[in-house]
Amino acid sequence: MRPVETWLYPASLGLYCEPGNFYIDPPRPVVRALITHGHSDHARSGHTHVLATSETIDIMKVRYGANCAGDFQAADLGHAQSINGVTVRFVPAGHILGSAQIVLEHNGRRAVVSGDYKRAADPTCRPFEVVTCDVFVTEATFALPVFRHERADSEARRLIQSIARNPDRTHLLGVYGLGKCQRMIALLRAEGYDVPIWLHGALVGLTALYQNLGIDLGDCRPASAAADAELRGALVMCPPSALMDRWSRRMGEDPVRVFASGWMRVRGRARQRGVELPLIVSDHADWPELLDTIVETGAEDVWVTHGRDDALVHQLSLMGRRARALALVGYEDDAE
Amino acid sequence: MRAFAETLDSLSTTPSRNGKLALLTAYLRAAPDPDRGWALAALTDGLPLRIGFRRILSELMAARTDPVLFKLSRDFVGDTAETVALLWPAPADPAPPPPRLGEVVDELLNAKPAEHAAIIATVLDRCTVRERWAFLKLIGGAPRVGVSARLAKTAVAEIGGQDVSAIEEVWHALKPPYTELFAWMEGHAERPDPGNVPVFRPLMLAHPVEDADWPSLAPQDVAAEWKWDGIRVQVAASAGDVRVYSRTGDDISPAFPEIRSAFAGVDVVADGELLVVRDGAVAPFNDLQQRLNRKSVTSKMLRESPAHLRLYDLLFVSGEDIRALPFGQRRAHLEAWHAQVRPPLTDLSALVPFATFAELEDLWRGAREAGIEGLMLKRRASPYLAGRPKGHWFKWKRAALTLDCVLMYAQRGSGKRSSLYSDLTFGVWRTSAGSNERELVPVGKAYSGFTDVELRDLDRFIRANTTETFGPVRAVAPKLVLEVAFDAVQPSTRHKSGVAMRFPRIHRIRWDKPADEADSLDAIMALIDRPAA
Ligand SMILES: [Zn+2]
Ligand SMILES: [Zn+2]
Repeated sequence: MRPVETWLYPASLGLYCEPGNFYIDPPRPVVRALITHGHSDHARSGHTHVLATSETIDIMKVRYGANCAGDFQAADLGHAQSINGVTVRFVPAGHILGSAQIVLEHNGRRAVVSGDYKRAADPTCRPFEVVTCDVFVTEATFALPVFRHERADSEARRLIQSIARNPDRTHLLGVYGLGKCQRMIALLRAEGYDVPIWLHGALVGLTALYQNLGIDLGDCRPASAAADAELRGALVMCPPSALMDRWSRRMGEDPVRVFASGWMRVRGRARQRGVELPLIVSDHADWPELLDTIVETGAEDVWVTHGRDDALVHQLSLMGRRARALALVGYEDDAE
Repeated sequence: MRAFAETLDSLSTTPSRNGKLALLTAYLRAAPDPDRGWALAALTDGLPLRIGFRRILSELMAARTDPVLFKLSRDFVGDTAETVALLWPAPADPAPPPPRLGEVVDELLNAKPAEHAAIIATVLDRCTVRERWAFLKLIGGAPRVGVSARLAKTAVAEIGGQDVSAIEEVWHALKPPYTELFAWMEGHAERPDPGNVPVFRPLMLAHPVEDADWPSLAPQDVAAEWKWDGIRVQVAASAGDVRVYSRTGDDISPAFPEIRSAFAGVDVVADGELLVVRDGAVAPFNDLQQRLNRKSVTSKMLRESPAHLRLYDLLFVSGEDIRALPFGQRRAHLEAWHAQVRPPLTDLSALVPFATFAELEDLWRGAREAGIEGLMLKRRASPYLAGRPKGHWFKWKRAALTLDCVLMYAQRGSGKRSSLYSDLTFGVWRTSAGSNERELVPVGKAYSGFTDVELRDLDRFIRANTTETFGPVRAVAPKLVLEVAFDAVQPSTRHKSGVAMRFPRIHRIRWDKPADEADSLDAIMALIDRPAA
């Protein structure tokens, strides 16, 4: 049995599976790429062959255009296939719509490349499935013990309460355009917020894609189509970068700026962005979820791709596990 | 506790001053005595608790968390109390709701020091994460929620429909939990008597002079003084006592006993710059820094770093309030009073004569002596106004110096920059004696001055060029040139290079410049301030 690191390792173009001759989430264009999910630091344009879930392929096409790769092959969740003798299987990661862990088996060893993931419930995607393995490749975006996300449904209720308390102020909710945006809408709908939600132009395309793929998000409209009076007391969603820019001036003198992110656990982050109502909602695993997941996979070896590798590697060594940072370049530690 | 925690939590993220004021006023109106008074104390002068806050927190956490993880968390969060609030483990058994604010403070006030840790742990066990944070902010000193002492006092004043200056005039005669203050504001009691304690009067502050200001200024209407690089203070002296206040109204008298003695028996409120002056020359700012924040001063410090007060202005003289007089007349009072009383360890900040602004600009450019940061411009007709009124006083700082340095070490920032390597240590080349070998010696550290894009690029460069990692620090291959701006260079025995930069900040990243073309230690040495003659 060949140890996993002899056939799966970080190469100059990204994480490389040598016998399969493919990369996983490579930051630069390659001949054959397997993509875990549609976030832009994982899914890039310009690969010759792409293998990903059909939702991830749809997302890539909306973001980069229909010709952003030479050809696409859709991977069915749970279905195993062989690539040059390496068995490959995509399994739900619970991160965003279409997100998958990629399970690799070769020479009697199994590695799971989990991409980004979370364990908390999300009405817009399939829940994370634990796959036991020898090597678990994990993210570490929120790998510090200070990160314990709040329950997403109670955070959605806090937003609804604030809207009710401030009927004259527009609530401007900053969210990442893929995943967080649609999850927040679904959570608000589940808590009974059933009036129109207005979207910044950058959020419209992917939200429409979610709806086309059968996720019910209620009445969502482009903010550009609203009369100014309609936005008073309403909920407007925008990318985080628009929270403080010129565009936000349309929202009246004094909008309530809201940001939904795991980073909002730390006050300095909320203050930095001028956020008045920080909502602690994340699509990444928090500290307890990371540790629980690693234990459940039974992996002897844990490789950390991006984020707070220092804290996670330290904690795993305290727990008697082998862990190392892959120091992969090209991933955003901060994106959420 | 719950109401206070909610208020403090909202305050910490409410961006507008008016929003904060509304929150605070609502809380102070609704909360009972003495809870609100303790809350007010926390937001102004601090609670009168003598607890070893840092020590207790580190003991409590040592028993509950791994030290490496605590350190990493603390570095990320940027604030110890907040880190403890986030990391505190929930107790195994459900705990009752937290006690009233007044109850906790009473308990801490009456406890022996050895009991403090247990009391704090019990309260933390009973709190939610937001309440834990608020409680630790309450007892830990400066809560840093973007509420100045002045804003808190303004909120109190709102209750009674008064101006904040009415509160400030009596403030130093009051003690927490300020029951008589709230009674006065609510109309149940008379104004508290400020008595004989010399009280702090809010200082008048300057704006940086901007291009748009010059057309509104005429040379004959403006007085110029050197801007001294010390600490702005107010000396309030009456027959009973002498106090030295910082510009925010903190009583720093204990650190400067010689200034108190110099004003004994004098009846005056004076505005000036506190300096360390040795043999007639202004010493580096560092020497003054060493003396600040000391509860007591050793005779060695008094001898080696003697304090000196350079006077700018008078607010009161012989019990008379002269703040409404124009600057020109106050200056005449100052000169006459000083000539007559001559308190030791004082002199007057000289007026800089000039006929035209062009002439003044030449003087400003030439200002390179130790202790001078630039020029102050004051309208001769302006009264002494509290706060930072627009259009009266201007500061005209001398241009910064710059040097090209090489990036040597990087550390993750704290708080809002905690995910990026934004704390940078940089050095310059030193040629060792008797050889042609050059080595880099660190000369300073800076955090600020980047756009988000630059930070991201810098972060990428640092990750790709790390040669060694120790804890949160990465040693970086000597490749990247940083143009560093600073106000002055001073000799230092605490730095390996023998020099210390004052207020260094990264001016530009010189991606284009090869590291071996960066500056040398000799170039820095040439910029060391020579003491003024
Ligand atoms: Zn992602
Ligand atoms: Zn990611």
